[in-house]
Amino acid sequence: MSNLEDLYREIILDHYRNPRNRGELVTPPAYKAEGFNPLCGDEITVYLQVENDTLVDIKIAGHGCSISQSSASLMTAAVKGKSLETVRGTIDTFKQLMTVHESSLETEVDPEPVNLRALGELAALQGVVKFPVRIKCATLAWNTLTQGLSDLA
Amino acid sequence: MHERPIVYLDTAATALTPRIVIESMQRYYETYHSNVHRAVYVTAAEATEAYEAARLAIGRFIGAPHPADELIFTHGTTESFNLLAKSWGRANLTSSDVVVLTEMEHHANLVPWFQLRDEIGIEIRFIKVTDDFRLDLSNLDELLRGAKLLSVTGMSNVLGTINPIAELAAAAHAAGALIAVDGAQSVAHGVTNVAGLDIDFLAFGAHKMMGPTGIGALWVRRSILDSMPPFLGGGGMIADVSLNGFSAADGIAKYEAGTPPIAEAIGFHTAVHYLESLGMEDMAAYEHELTASLLNQLATQFPERIHVIGPTTMEMRGGVVSFDVEGVHPHDVAQVLDQFGVCVRPGHHCAKPLMKRFSLAATARASFGPYSNESDIEMLMTALDDAVRLFG
Repeated sequence: MSNLEDLYREIILDHYRNPRNRGELVTPPAYKAEGFNPLCGDEITVYLQVENDTLVDIKIAGHGCSISQSSASLMTAAVKGKSLETVRGTIDTFKQLMTVHESSLETEVDPEPVNLRALGELAALQGVVKFPVRIKCATLAWNTLTQGLSDLA
Repeated sequence: MHERPIVYLDTAATALTPRIVIESMQRYYETYHSNVHRAVYVTAAEATEAYEAARLAIGRFIGAPHPADELIFTHGTTESFNLLAKSWGRANLTSSDVVVLTEMEHHANLVPWFQLRDEIGIEIRFIKVTDDFRLDLSNLDELLRGAKLLSVTGMSNVLGTINPIAELAAAAHAAGALIAVDGAQSVAHGVTNVAGLDIDFLAFGAHKMMGPTGIGALWVRRSILDSMPPFLGGGGMIADVSLNGFSAADGIAKYEAGTPPIAEAIGFHTAVHYLESLGMEDMAAYEHELTASLLNQLATQFPERIHVIGPTTMEMRGGVVSFDVEGVHPHDVAQVLDQFGVCVRPGHHCAKPLMKRFSLAATARASFGPYSNESDIEMLMTALDDAVRLFG
């Protein structure tokens, strides 16, 4: 049986209660991407300000559960001020963290280890994969960011 | 998966199935599995007989005066509303016509009408919901003026509010409109009599009535059926087919294209029989008591923290209790409750306009069935206490 402590780590609860980079940016010059989870009604808006291939600013608006909100907050802390290449790398690593475990649940074969150190605080979200129905909560902000970046490209 | 026993409080989503319902379907598959209305051999006749007997019993259960001619089997409440909108609606409404709905409807009684509006341009009006979670009937006559149909839920799947259907039916008829009722919740948890209520259409589904998934019904007042063309096309709904076209079967057969859910009809019949043996009045009274107890305990234990989204008084109220835990998202509430084996439903409950009306994205919802009891409530309260503690 999976424990709630795996899901609701202290870092996650902290980011839920005190979300980082919450708010809006003026569009334009910023770009706005919206994400929805039609099953639970969660909505997220990611504001991106990209200059010279660098994500100079990012803000999050919308509402959702502790997992979607803390994941969004952790995401902004991880990608703000980084080059787009680094941002894309972080997105890939995070998505790998979410999907690797998903497949390992089925196959019970040890997957290629994700570089948790590279993820920093984001690694706190790895417990989410033990609760498969919540994975889409954790990935909502990330998918929205991905959408925003590809719209801009 | 769970070490703890299940505390099932999600009957409004789907009711647990008694063993006799499952056994009746198993008996069909094992001893007389055949298609209906076709062959002449013994088991086919038995299957046909069982299928039609189900129609009669379910029709009688809702007080249908002519069950054999009025009760159309569908795949569930949602399909029943689609049949209503796409058959009766397309044939009887034009761009100048008005359909009146309410703000508390399930998407099943909203989207088919929006689709019809997109298609033929009907006008849709809404009865508003008051701050105390009741229909605002203050301007009902105005809303019904010129309307062809009022389509309203018998009991809200979010609020637990029971609507005054007989009163609404009288108002609709006085305005020259017909009335359709979403009975998904109300038929499963109280006495329903379509003749006594004087309604024209009733949509409901088996799995909320302790029957199987995949079957429901649309009851239609017999005199209206003449104005309703077939819905889906295929086998079973025809009188004749040639390369030039087809003519539709007589009676309700024309609404039941293809092989129907036969085993499910048999299970539905058994479920209705089971409900009758429990007694709908006794069941409603029992669930009424449990609901009062839960409302009372929530108000006592979490007066500041938990807000009930629905009536907190017991008149015209069923056993569906939605609530908002301040500072804790419903998904997180449900996740913590799950650790205690407590099954509640987080989300918008397929009623997004109603959520918006109360500025909510979602609620957590506990709902009762005849198998629920006080110890379920006790476990729910313990689990809620834990959720409140975890999120501070």
